[in-house]
Amino acid sequence: MKRLINQKPNRGNALLLGLLPFIILVIVYVFASHARLQENAEDKLLPSIAQMAQTMDKSALSPSKRSGEIIFWNDTLASLQRLGLGIGISATLGLMIGVPLGLIPLVRAGFSPFIAAFSMVPPIAILPILFIVFGMGEVAKVALIVIGVTPIIVRDLQHRVEEFPKEQLIKAQTLGASSWTLAVRIIIPQMMPRLLDAVRLTLGTAWIFLISSEAIAATEGLGYRIFLVRRYLAMDMILPYVLWITVLAFLADFILKKFTCKLFPWYAKKDSL
Amino acid sequence: MSLITIKNLWKRYGDNVVLENLSLEIKAGEFCTLVGPSGCGKSTFLKMLLGEESPSKGVFLFEGKPFPSEPSVERGIVFQRYSLFSHLSVLENVMLGIELGKSPFLGKLFGAAKKAAREEAVAMLEAVGLGSVLHHYPSELSGGMQQRLSIAQSLVKKPKLLLLDEPFGALDPGIRADMHALILDLWKKNNLTVVMVTHDLHEGFYLGTRLLVFDKVRNDPQAPNAFGAKITYDIPLLREKKEEKNDE
Ligand SMILES: Nc1ncnc2c1ncn2[C@@H]1O[C@H](COP(=O)(O)OP(=O)(O)OP(=O)(O)O)[C@@H](O)[C@H]1O
Ligand SMILES: [Mg+2]
Repeated sequence: MKRLINQKPNRGNALLLGLLPFIILVIVYVFASHARLQENAEDKLLPSIAQMAQTMDKSALSPSKRSGEIIFWNDTLASLQRLGLGIGISATLGLMIGVPLGLIPLVRAGFSPFIAAFSMVPPIAILPILFIVFGMGEVAKVALIVIGVTPIIVRDLQHRVEEFPKEQLIKAQTLGASSWTLAVRIIIPQMMPRLLDAVRLTLGTAWIFLISSEAIAATEGLGYRIFLVRRYLAMDMILPYVLWITVLAFLADFILKKFTCKLFPWYAKKDSL
Repeated sequence: MSLITIKNLWKRYGDNVVLENLSLEIKAGEFCTLVGPSGCGKSTFLKMLLGEESPSKGVFLFEGKPFPSEPSVERGIVFQRYSLFSHLSVLENVMLGIELGKSPFLGKLFGAAKKAAREEAVAMLEAVGLGSVLHHYPSELSGGMQQRLSIAQSLVKKPKLLLLDEPFGALDPGIRADMHALILDLWKKNNLTVVMVTHDLHEGFYLGTRLLVFDKVRNDPQAPNAFGAKITYDIPLLREKKEEKNDE
């Protein structure tokens, strides 16, 4: 018998092992729900899967009587738009601030302490300020994501640039690079996949800010819906929504990962260099 | 006139005297090899030639003028490792030098200019034996091929001085012999001036037209940093001997 640390699952086994916890969770839920509903058919806490499907179909997936819109897709679109915009702006700012901060000592000396201090401000605490300044519309929600996520990306990128091999920097200079061409031809192209990595890591944080701001002031959105129906203890709607948010988050991560591999084939290989 | 003139040069880091009172002239076309015990300041000396470090005291001239205090295109460098651009293909790694020289704003060429740069880069890569892997990424190359690429990258800028810091230290003996033949060939064809640090005394004798040995002459066991290294031997190696060896 080999040591445990040397036993590696094959593909099929790995898939099965990976699915196991999910299957167990579903089974446990089904049993628990069944038990509670047996005791009290009106129980709201653990609705059966059929109940959830029915509620979702009736109140979220059929066209609403007033506008003919499908709430579920509306919510999804609204949230994804805010998230995409917030993340997009954060990534752009992150690159524009992080690279000079890591590369140019004068910029670092000037702004590093400020960025470090700024990133200590808890973003949720300034949410009221954002609502006051930007109103209750879209801007405040996107701004919260940007304010919460940008400092994380900036600092991550700054560190990546700082730990960039000195040999490459010097080599580039002997090949005639100026600070500017060094940044556009060497540093930024090599930072792009790292930026996508940073975005993937901050995606979870961005969701938190999105749902918080939607919970407080919105007329649509996944976070808004959950907090709206909470008043009616509508677990049969909250649970599918939470599941959907999780799936979206997972998909976003997965797509970004695939995207990174596809666009930057050298990135996965560079470790051997 | 000498390419490099050094008189009474000192280098210290704080209290640590690394090089003391160095005087040396290097003429264009020489192939200087540098040997010495670990930590005696060989890399530091090379860094000063490169412009990455500046001397603490003394005269330090390149073509009769003070050394530029940052790396520049006159001086090429090949490190032991880590100096290839991992996001560029082999061809792009060599084209980069040409592009940076001709396009100060974007650092990138287009159209006919790009084609010309490409041809020049391909010729250079063929000269170092990498003509068949133009579109590989550096990480897909063996150690020897990576060093060939690093040399090609520098030579495309036609530097007046080529600096090498243990360039073949990480390679297998067999591959190292190939690299020796390559560097001697390039040195002759391009009229290069080379300063190369090596740990391998045999390599130093074989490649150089001049062998410099760095070592600490004085040593105070109470204060190991109080004295720096000097050039203890400066051995001219006859070129005839080298030609002969090459023909073997
Ligand atoms: N940036 C630095 N700051 C302070 N001390 C340094 C620095 N760089 C080198 N030194 C010191 O200078 C001395 C010479 O180092 P150097 O790297 O030049 O040695 P070397 O001859 O190249 O050694 P090796 O053969 O191991 O590469 C060492 O004592 C080292 O600690
Ligand atoms: Mg060294």
